[in-house]
Amino acid sequence: MDLNDYKVKGFYDELVTQTGRPRAAARSVWKYLKELDAGELAERKAACEVAALVAGITFRVYFEDAGVDRAMPFDLIPRVIPKKEWDDIQIGLEQRVRALNMFIDDLYNDQNIINDGVVPADLIAGSVNFREQCRGFSPPLGIWAHICGSDLVRDGKGKVYVLEDNLRIPSGVSYMLENRQVMKRVFPELFENTRIQPVDEYASQLFDTLASLSPRPVEYPSVVVLTPGVFNSAYFEHAYLAQQMGVELVEGRDLVVDDDDHQVYMRTIAGLKPVDVIYRRVDDEFLDPEAFRSDSLLGVPGLMRAWRAGTVALANAPGAGVADDKVVYAWVPEIIRYYLNEEPKLANVPTYKCSEPEDREYVLAHLDELVVKPANESGGYGMLIGPHSTKKEQAEFAELIRQDPRNYIAQPTLALSTCPTFVNDEVGPRHVDLRPFVLSGRQTYITTGGLTRVAMKAGSLVVNSSQGGGSKDTWIVDTESARGSR
Amino acid sequence: MLSRLAEHLYWHGRYLERAEGLARLVNVNAHLNLDLPGKLAPGWEPLVRITGNPELFQQLYSSDGDERQVTRFLIGDKSNPGSIHSTLSLARDNMRAARDLLPREVWEQMNKLYLEITEQVSGNLSKRRRHEALNQLILGSQQIAGTLMGTMSQDYAYDFILIGRYLERADVTTRILDVRADDLLTDEVEGLRPFESIQWMSVLKSLTGYQMYRRHVRLRVTGPDVLKFLLRDRLFPRSVVFCLKAVESVISGLPGDDDRALRSTTGLMRHLNEARMIGLKGQPLSEFIDGVQIEIAEIGAHIGQIWFQAGSDRR
Repeated sequence: MDLNDYKVKGFYDELVTQTGRPRAAARSVWKYLKELDAGELAERKAACEVAALVAGITFRVYFEDAGVDRAMPFDLIPRVIPKKEWDDIQIGLEQRVRALNMFIDDLYNDQNIINDGVVPADLIAGSVNFREQCRGFSPPLGIWAHICGSDLVRDGKGKVYVLEDNLRIPSGVSYMLENRQVMKRVFPELFENTRIQPVDEYASQLFDTLASLSPRPVEYPSVVVLTPGVFNSAYFEHAYLAQQMGVELVEGRDLVVDDDDHQVYMRTIAGLKPVDVIYRRVDDEFLDPEAFRSDSLLGVPGLMRAWRAGTVALANAPGAGVADDKVVYAWVPEIIRYYLNEEPKLANVPTYKCSEPEDREYVLAHLDELVVKPANESGGYGMLIGPHSTKKEQAEFAELIRQDPRNYIAQPTLALSTCPTFVNDEVGPRHVDLRPFVLSGRQTYITTGGLTRVAMKAGSLVVNSSQGGGSKDTWIVDTESARGSR
Repeated sequence: MLSRLAEHLYWHGRYLERAEGLARLVNVNAHLNLDLPGKLAPGWEPLVRITGNPELFQQLYSSDGDERQVTRFLIGDKSNPGSIHSTLSLARDNMRAARDLLPREVWEQMNKLYLEITEQVSGNLSKRRRHEALNQLILGSQQIAGTLMGTMSQDYAYDFILIGRYLERADVTTRILDVRADDLLTDEVEGLRPFESIQWMSVLKSLTGYQMYRRHVRLRVTGPDVLKFLLRDRLFPRSVVFCLKAVESVISGLPGDDDRALRSTTGLMRHLNEARMIGLKGQPLSEFIDGVQIEIAEIGAHIGQIWFQAGSDRR
């Protein structure tokens, strides 16, 4: 592979320094890739594609008649992070998720953080993800977001920021796991010569986290994954995780809640079987037609009753999404200080809150420089990217912000870091982010690395898979421990 | 195992076997019509009655039913929920809903079979192409059964496919006998008698049973012997008793202490074994077969109540 021409264009690059030399943790993979000739490289790439398809790394898109599987772009050049740096990030993530869980628990109960004047009261009043149905309740261990996916980015200087927290039903972990399987199959030599931390533990850690929530003190609680069904775009991941954990994948109609004892059961060929823990991949609003949308066919009537009666654990807890709002995000540093009495270890991207008059005036005056985001959209929808926007779009957003200031935040455009990526037989820099997953139960577990998402289009900052983003394997590499000790 | 998935697999088994059975039914009728002299040939209308939806046929085609219309109705017509096209589509949908429990190749085979057959039968079919398509369907269905047997763990998921397949196959065999029984109503018609043997051979051949009949029965082909063979032979895999034995053996290994399905299966086998076949023809034969079909439907209803409807009383 001709890597001599690889130019770092004014951004922080994950593998290469400004002078074009590989970073310490990336040295062996850089050398290896450099020595591959064009034929070998094409062969590896084809092998990656085949392995990915066979493994079923696909989005399922169903047309009226024939089911087709569309592969998600996978890039064979890994993203490498030194273990020492990762250790610090892990500590920061643990701190952040712990504080967020305390915040959610407080919001649904005493609301001390509001009464103490740390965050404004309309923070909740205006949040579409605040669930009145959860008021006055605290789930076991006080944990609401058992599975959290926080998106991390780097700026031009290489500093790591949290871009957003996904506390509802974060997805993508199956790609992280499958990407590693593919890489091990295609580049076994690299894994022999580099100390790459394994990621495979995730499914068993997820099971342990879920099992630790069981209301019944039994050794093997009955855990299920609740999916909206085969037509959901993440169905592959639901089926994959259920299979990897060795638990049943159920749909709403497979479950029934007893009217008398509020126990949740699944319908099996051996009759009704009690369910202790539900890893639900169905949105809050569709979870229980008795409590939320009455037209939902995906949910289980009475599930909220059962949850509040304490007969079943739901992960994530309904209402956890209140802290995944982009306006709440702006307050996270204050939230950490308030609950933990510690300084945040991971930085927030500097954020202007349009609800605060001073910030709002600044945002309206600088729309051409800022990225404006609505509070509750995900997947990169409904945003204004100032430097790439027209005057007309800026005027539209100014109007939107004036009408509903609570619903908008703004951030300076970040010079996201890049990573060498193999596109159309050439290696070029592409922007990346990173989604690690944090599991919180009786213990906390953080994935080694996470899912690196990459914008496959040159210059693009949009890494979302729904908008053509791809993914890479993420290596946490230990450069300090002695070789051969593993 | 989740009831929903068990039910999908059971219906997959039934619908795929039903599609195969329809193909065999059309084939046997085509053979009968070729073997018999014109005025004695049964025509095509009886098939509409035997497969159970004459009203819909009238509504869609408003005619007595010639070969072209009846075969169109039974094979490629999407607006007939009982056509081969619709039935294959249901076999595929039910398998898709439970595909995570099955070897990947089997799902691919099912998908391919569906796409190939529905494409071939979508337009008007010549007799020759019709025969090819139906044979391809029969082989494709056998291939799926074989792949499952050779690659799938014989767990509950497999059991429910088997139950669906064998229960439906028992039903299909009785319906194929119905074609012949219907025709026998005109048995006394002068001139038909010399062809009796030939007609029963057609029935056997449509069930791929002619060779096995010759090996095991060793008699010339006569009505009562063919009836006995197809209703209660213990070794031929399309005889009704063989199919019921298979159902009995699988359901006796399923969880639960509700024995209604088991008892109705054993009961039907006893009725079949005790029935007098000599002289059973025409109207009485037709009524006897109707009775068997009703008992098969009862077994199906019991299976549904026992294994697919846990907790339906609660919600």
